[in-house]
Amino acid sequence: MDGRAPVARGSAMIRIIGGLVFLLLINTPALARGTGDLGLFIERASSSVQIVETSGNTSIGSVSGLGDLSHASVVYSRDQRYAYVFGRDGGLTKVDILNAEISQRKMQSGNSIGGAISQDGRLVAVSNYKPGGVKVFDADTLELVADIPATFGDNNQRSKVIGLVDAPEGKFVFALWDAGEIWILDMSQRDKPVVEKFKNIGRNPYDALITGDGRYYIAGLFGEDGMAMLDLWNLSAGVKRILPDYGKGEQKLPVYKMPHLEGWAVAGNLAFVPAIGAHEVLVINMRDWREAGRIKVHGQPIFVMARPDGRQVWVNFAIPNNDTIQVIDTQTLAVIKQLKPGKGVLHMEFEPRGEEVWLSVRDENRVEVYDTRSFERRNSIPATKPSGIFFTARAHRIGL
Amino acid sequence: MKPITWLALSLILSTSPAAASDGISSEREQELQNLLIQDCGSCHGLQMKGGLGPALLPEMLRGKSAEYLSTVILHGRTGTAMPPWRFLLSEAEARWMAERLLQGVAQ
Repeated sequence: MDGRAPVARGSAMIRIIGGLVFLLLINTPALARGTGDLGLFIERASSSVQIVETSGNTSIGSVSGLGDLSHASVVYSRDQRYAYVFGRDGGLTKVDILNAEISQRKMQSGNSIGGAISQDGRLVAVSNYKPGGVKVFDADTLELVADIPATFGDNNQRSKVIGLVDAPEGKFVFALWDAGEIWILDMSQRDKPVVEKFKNIGRNPYDALITGDGRYYIAGLFGEDGMAMLDLWNLSAGVKRILPDYGKGEQKLPVYKMPHLEGWAVAGNLAFVPAIGAHEVLVINMRDWREAGRIKVHGQPIFVMARPDGRQVWVNFAIPNNDTIQVIDTQTLAVIKQLKPGKGVLHMEFEPRGEEVWLSVRDENRVEVYDTRSFERRNSIPATKPSGIFFTARAHRIGL
Repeated sequence: MKPITWLALSLILSTSPAAASDGISSEREQELQNLLIQDCGSCHGLQMKGGLGPALLPEMLRGKSAEYLSTVILHGRTGTAMPPWRFLLSEAEARWMAERLLQGVAQ
């Protein structure tokens, strides 16, 4: 009996506090928090995103009405409040992640593939498949600033554009899938866009990345061996082929999903990239750009991503091996862990300092959080066909 | 005619997708539908309006037979990014997908 009263009082107190918290929640402006631990993930089949926070690993909101989000990607404003979501259907949506609402939305093309935000955060560029080219918008208003058609050949055909990234000194860099070219778009004077073209870089560049220092732009080639590399500090040297002998004379395995080159998995002087048509991760020595090894992995690698400290590289795979993650130790180049998070592991995103990693498990409608030291699962968040995961720390990284 | 024979005959004669799917369990059909939208959709768009790969809407495929489409699905197209799916799909499954494409996948 003695014990009961305090408990009852306690629960009444909890209810009162709960009520107060509720009142606070509905009355306090959502702005009263930082955004450095926020992010979002794409729910590609339901045209929505969920807004998440990585301190407690929870979902804190949802925004819908974003169109066809297959292959959607995201960049962030430099204040880390707005997410620019690039949809497949050409939709460009500016999402206010603090208030969980659409700030602006524009249909800017018929079919698009990704985008980038300029070094100064004032311009957002979108790479389009149809009509092929790049459009540049004002980051505040989403008004069109520049339209750069990706024309090539004698008949002015339009090429699909892939691998669009931001680069230092107000530039964007991208590659032309159909034309086999790399273009640099200088937007440092927004009313005077300047394009510099590099031709014959190789057949069918499928994706590209820029190193974290903004110096090297590297495009993966689907149509031939090796990768095309442009040193932005030495443009007169032109585009060079790296790993030219990779895969020569070997029978290629079917590629059921195009690998992604996102960020640059670097540990010391070694870079890690997905092979194409082989179940291998390629290791490149960045001092001489030669192959430094090949690591046998579980399937066709899609994302090859380094933990922010560079000690581990996490790899996911194309169908039918997309239920698996492998972790490579970058010192020994050995696979040290294999995880089976579930069917359809599409993407992964490390928390800014890498103690945890988030995985989207599309076919099981979950986003999962793993500890990268113990490899234990920390949390599981219900989601509808989740794909890309993007944290606001990207706002301050070149090329992301 | 015995009912069972009649059923078999109607399955052969009918051109509805239910008939085309004979031999494919409804569970597998769900997997195939998911594969079609999500994995084919990676290149062709979740609504088949195209991406790195061409649009596969019924109006784009007009005049193409289910045989032709299932051959492309099974064997891929050399020189393009379209891979051969025969390592993951049976002929009947490829045919089922081809017919789904001809009807229109997007709901």
